[in-house]
Amino acid sequence: MIVFDQVVKRYPGDYVGLGGVSFTIRHGELVVLSGHSGAGKSTLLKMIPAIERPTSGVVSINGQDVSRLRASAIPYLRRNLGLVLQESRLLYDRNVFDNVMLPLVITGHPPRDAARRVAAALERVGLGGREREMPAGLSGGEQQRVAIARAIVNRPSILIADEPTAHLDAAYAREIAALFKSFNEAGVTMLISTHDERLFMEWRPRRLVLGKGMLIRDLAA
Amino acid sequence: MKNWLYLHSHAIGIAVRRLLRQPVGTLLSALVVGIALSLPAAGYLLLDNVASLARGVSGSPELSIFLSNEASRADIAAMDKRLGTDGDVASYVFVSRDEAMRQLERSGLGDVLGGLAANPLPDAFVVTPAAADPALYQSLLARFGEWDKVEHVQLDSAWVERLHALLELGKSSVLLLALLLGIAMVIVTFNTIRLQILTQRHEIDVSRLLGATDPFIRRPFYWFGSLQGLLGGVVALATVWLAVYALAKPVEGLAATYGAVFSLSGPGAQESVALLAFAALLGWCGSELSVRRHLREKLS
Repeated sequence: MIVFDQVVKRYPGDYVGLGGVSFTIRHGELVVLSGHSGAGKSTLLKMIPAIERPTSGVVSINGQDVSRLRASAIPYLRRNLGLVLQESRLLYDRNVFDNVMLPLVITGHPPRDAARRVAAALERVGLGGREREMPAGLSGGEQQRVAIARAIVNRPSILIADEPTAHLDAAYAREIAALFKSFNEAGVTMLISTHDERLFMEWRPRRLVLGKGMLIRDLAA
Repeated sequence: MKNWLYLHSHAIGIAVRRLLRQPVGTLLSALVVGIALSLPAAGYLLLDNVASLARGVSGSPELSIFLSNEASRADIAAMDKRLGTDGDVASYVFVSRDEAMRQLERSGLGDVLGGLAANPLPDAFVVTPAAADPALYQSLLARFGEWDKVEHVQLDSAWVERLHALLELGKSSVLLLALLLGIAMVIVTFNTIRLQILTQRHEIDVSRLLGATDPFIRRPFYWFGSLQGLLGGVVALATVWLAVYALAKPVEGLAATYGAVFSLSGPGAQESVALLAFAALLGWCGSELSVRRHLREKLS
């Protein structure tokens, strides 16, 4: 469960990123976050893995107050979240396998089991058998799928995606959206920010609409 | 424990890959570190060789009892008897004036001595005291000086003291040199790691996002610095051995011209391991300082 309670984020120069946002996302929900550029979508998403800390208010994940988490505890929070960002953020000097393997290396997973998990994650995103390829040789959509495989390889209960289809053409974007829906059907809580809500509309997600750092609409599924 | 080993082996793998990715840079860094370390290492080795030479010739100071020209065979025999029964004397040898002359000729002064009409050297006893005790030396010096037909008694320790003082000075200089070059090596590693952090920034950011802890991110840099130091240590060791190999024959030849037998010895197993460990430790120190400074900046 993700809870935002009167979350405010102010930046130097008194620029308001979030102006007191409150909502609760229950386990297994599919939530689409939308709004214009500068509405506060990325700021809100960055609060969940504690990339950003609120100026005031509380952000809690599964009962844990993330806003007051010690710096040394943040990595352990992130290990339980799947993060997909606008850019795929792959390591271009490593092949697909090593990229997807990285979260498991970080957690010190036994190599043999880790290799099985990587293969399964790549299979899940439709890149089975392409482990040895280098990211630079993949299309934008394929790179984003590698990033998604990396996000799910640790089997997180929450997946957060910040504009995951921003740089993809319509066909690739639909593939990615379908992939997210399949994860949600498997029980993963999804919070996806997007400029293009239509991609997800056929699955009737809950919609949170931000404007100028405020939650202006919360449309139930 | 298994997990700890796995994480370290992973970090070593990354560090080795980073070293191999820039072979020229790695080689140059190892050469810089190696040459910097070889200077104090060679200095230490030289002092060690000189010290062992000094130990060989100055186990304990000797007293030379020079007899007057009037000393007869009977006087010499009496002195020999007295020395033989003296409890403060460990050993002694009689060096006749003819023997002393031959020794001087062997040392290369034959041409000078050949011009003399008569042998000017006195008969002498060379005495080794029973204990290494400065008070005993002084007591023997006074006692032998009072004997009849003794011209002069000399304690041959001044040059040994001077040699030891020079060795001490040499040790301090080598220590100072090692300290300065050690600091230089730490700075070299500090800078290399800083550049590494800059080039690996993307990987660091991604790893942090995926839940990497600070030790996970720092570990490869520590290993990188230590391995670079170790490579430098290997270069230093090779340089020292090369120098020993190149200088061994000329030094032996030089010693032979003085009628001495001396050969340069290279670093032993213990010294080699100490040098490599010291080099790796300095590399680790440079990494630690760099990582603390630059990864902290990254976090803020």
